[in-house]
Amino acid sequence: MSVHTKVEIEFSDSLLSFIDEWRDRQGNLIMILHKVQEEIGYIPRKAAMKVAELLEVPLAKIYGVVTFYHFFKLEKPGKNQIQVCMGTACYLKGGEDLIQELEDILGIGLNQVTDDGRFSIEAVRCVGCCGLAPVIVIGEKVYGKVTKKELPGIIAAHRDG
Amino acid sequence: MAYKHYILVCGGVECDSNKGDDLFRKLIHAVEHRGLMADIQVVKSGCFGFCAVGPVVKILPDETFYVEVTPEDAEEIVEAHIVKGKPVERLRYREEESKVNVRIKDLSFYQKQFRIVLRNCGAINPEEITEYIARDGYLALEKVLFEMTPDDVIEEMKKSGLRGRGGAGFPTWRKWEFSRVVDEKQKYVVCNADEGDPGAYMDRSVLEGDPHSVLESMAIAGHTVGANQGYIYIRAEYPLAIDRLNRAIDQAKELGLLGDNILGTDFSFDIELRLGAGAFVCGEETALLASVEGKRGMPVPRPPFPAVKGLWGKPTVINNVETWANIPVIITRGGDWFAKIGTEGSTGTKVFALTGRIQNSGLVEVPMGTTLRDIIYNIGGGVPGGKKFKAVQTGGPSGGVITEEYLDTPIDYDQLGKLGSIMGSGGMIIMDESDCMVDVSKFYLEFTVDESCGKCAPCRIGGKTLFNILDKISKGNGEMEDIAKMKRIGHAMQRVSLCGLGQTAPNPILSTLRYFGEEYRQHIEEKKCPAGKCKSLISYEIIEDKCIGCGVCARACPVGCISGERRMPHLINQVECIKCGECYNVCKFNAVAVG
Ligand SMILES: Cc1cc2nc3c(=O)[nH]c(=O)nc-3n(C[C@H](O)[C@H](O)[C@H](O)COP(=O)(O)O)c2cc1C
Ligand code: FES
Repeated sequence: MSVHTKVEIEFSDSLLSFIDEWRDRQGNLIMILHKVQEEIGYIPRKAAMKVAELLEVPLAKIYGVVTFYHFFKLEKPGKNQIQVCMGTACYLKGGEDLIQELEDILGIGLNQVTDDGRFSIEAVRCVGCCGLAPVIVIGEKVYGKVTKKELPGIIAAHRDG
Repeated sequence: MAYKHYILVCGGVECDSNKGDDLFRKLIHAVEHRGLMADIQVVKSGCFGFCAVGPVVKILPDETFYVEVTPEDAEEIVEAHIVKGKPVERLRYREEESKVNVRIKDLSFYQKQFRIVLRNCGAINPEEITEYIARDGYLALEKVLFEMTPDDVIEEMKKSGLRGRGGAGFPTWRKWEFSRVVDEKQKYVVCNADEGDPGAYMDRSVLEGDPHSVLESMAIAGHTVGANQGYIYIRAEYPLAIDRLNRAIDQAKELGLLGDNILGTDFSFDIELRLGAGAFVCGEETALLASVEGKRGMPVPRPPFPAVKGLWGKPTVINNVETWANIPVIITRGGDWFAKIGTEGSTGTKVFALTGRIQNSGLVEVPMGTTLRDIIYNIGGGVPGGKKFKAVQTGGPSGGVITEEYLDTPIDYDQLGKLGSIMGSGGMIIMDESDCMVDVSKFYLEFTVDESCGKCAPCRIGGKTLFNILDKISKGNGEMEDIAKMKRIGHAMQRVSLCGLGQTAPNPILSTLRYFGEEYRQHIEEKKCPAGKCKSLISYEIIEDKCIGCGVCARACPVGCISGERRMPHLINQVECIKCGECYNVCKFNAVAVG
């Protein structure tokens, strides 16, 4: 970058020192982006610009990587990200119906956020609990053998979280 | 054994997320509260594999096996079993109502299994290196450093016949040899822990249950080929495995088993983690290396093979987690011992994640050459709910289906290939009559289209075209020519795609066409989905003679399109019906028919 505009976004000290630690290591970009997302919840444009500035790499390279990998998010997700497993076992056992039902209950589509910012719905790959299929994950909590009937209760339990 | 009793709580994700962690804490509390800490150790171990009946607790030394244990049971287990010596009968696993199993190894779920890869999973605390060492851990590394030359190691690997467990089945010793003979100062060793098959989790269980077995083997490979740096490329979606690996690396460094001058020799070897970020193609080795370098995970044509020109252009040995987990045992017990297990062309064992329509879902490890029937019926307990077995899918999005008539085929790389499927990484999904083969193919194609990196046209365009045709068929708009067209496109993709993703993406279609051509024809010509899965092709109707007019279906219908007088046959309004199948599910009189 030729013009140095200071990008205003606050990175925490721990994030800055992480970036510092990784600055000169080979293959650092993905690891740094993981850390950014872990702290901020997604990768806002300003954060991407700041990383570009700190690492002295073109912004295009950062976006090239961010957009290639499903894991990185460009939009702010809901406070509770409802992840519905769409791995093979869960698909067979009705994962798709769960998504449909969640969409109906929350009035949003896949990858959208409710107006109050509390929930978003995401379809994810096998979360490694195939024996419990169909599975949904909210934060750290894994719900197994979920039925459509249980969904309102599960959502209610997270509404204030 | 310093303790009188060990209480092992399964720490696999399924049990752990099913209140297993709470149970673990309550057990510790129950032990502490009675002042029994000196006699009893409560350990959270790796996955026991028997996920269908979790949370699972094992008591040693008497090998009692408790299933579906809740946190509320903790007090009773400690008080009755440990203090009074009377096992809690109601929590014991029963195979049949009449028979109570006493010893774990007698359970039919475990009896036909043979554990090499999972040898420590569920037996040790994966967060304590000393427990790994107590079970001969790092003995193989010691042997390699002090008693064997790199030539000896390669020779032993060759004798073992070990082939890569990541999917392709390439002989491991040859890869190592390719790297070893390159004259280059900087070389790398990489562990592929990307586990991309969307219905498989054995690598995760090994990393969570026995992380040191991977570290030890990577160091062995490093010493053999002349590398001093290893990377483990692991999915970010596996936080527990990442945490366990980090701990394991730290502990190994503290004891001088990793890092500079390992065990006082001049061999130094370090391991770092690199996180994946949700791209299936990054499981392919060249794409994986691009990702480790921090770039977009695009594959490149081979040769050159990574073994010769890999990470940052340097020779790189890359193996799958399960492949790594076999190696310490091969070194300590010898290649000849290993080669006796399994079949001639496929030695050793294979771990499968048995899921779908199966009684005992879980992780199973069996000698190569075991029949599918043994796995599905004797270990897996067959299809539940009185439904009829239809097919077993192996190899995930790169694999295919196998039908009833081939269930007696012994499983190995070559046999599965002949049947039009592949061994793959070990996903094994059982399907019954309620699963539609067109729908299943569509599921896999949607996956591969979504995951295609877009670099080569056969995969990018071919995959999308195949998906569109399947979608059309599932909606009742297919034509018989579509079948030939799909075969043509599929075969072209197999031949000319750049990487394994595109080359194998048509497999689910080609294999279902091979065995279930009739089902495709029914979708196309009769506009029918016999399994009742493709919503555009089904309708629900109430059979007048069977309906007693109880009204249960009408109350269950989410769109209120069922009407009828009490005690009179009901009627479904076909225009409003959204085909959710709720009426079919709730009717106790089988009065709802799917057509
Ligand atoms: C599209 C694609 C996805 C793959 N995914 C994985 C994977 O998730 N895990 C894995 O170990 N190997 C995967 N492989 C195989 C690797 O390319 C490579 O063969 C393997 O890591 C080599 O290790 P092995 O010889 O020990 O099996 C994949 C291959 C392809 C073509
Ligand atoms: S398919 Fe959902 S957890 Fe594996």
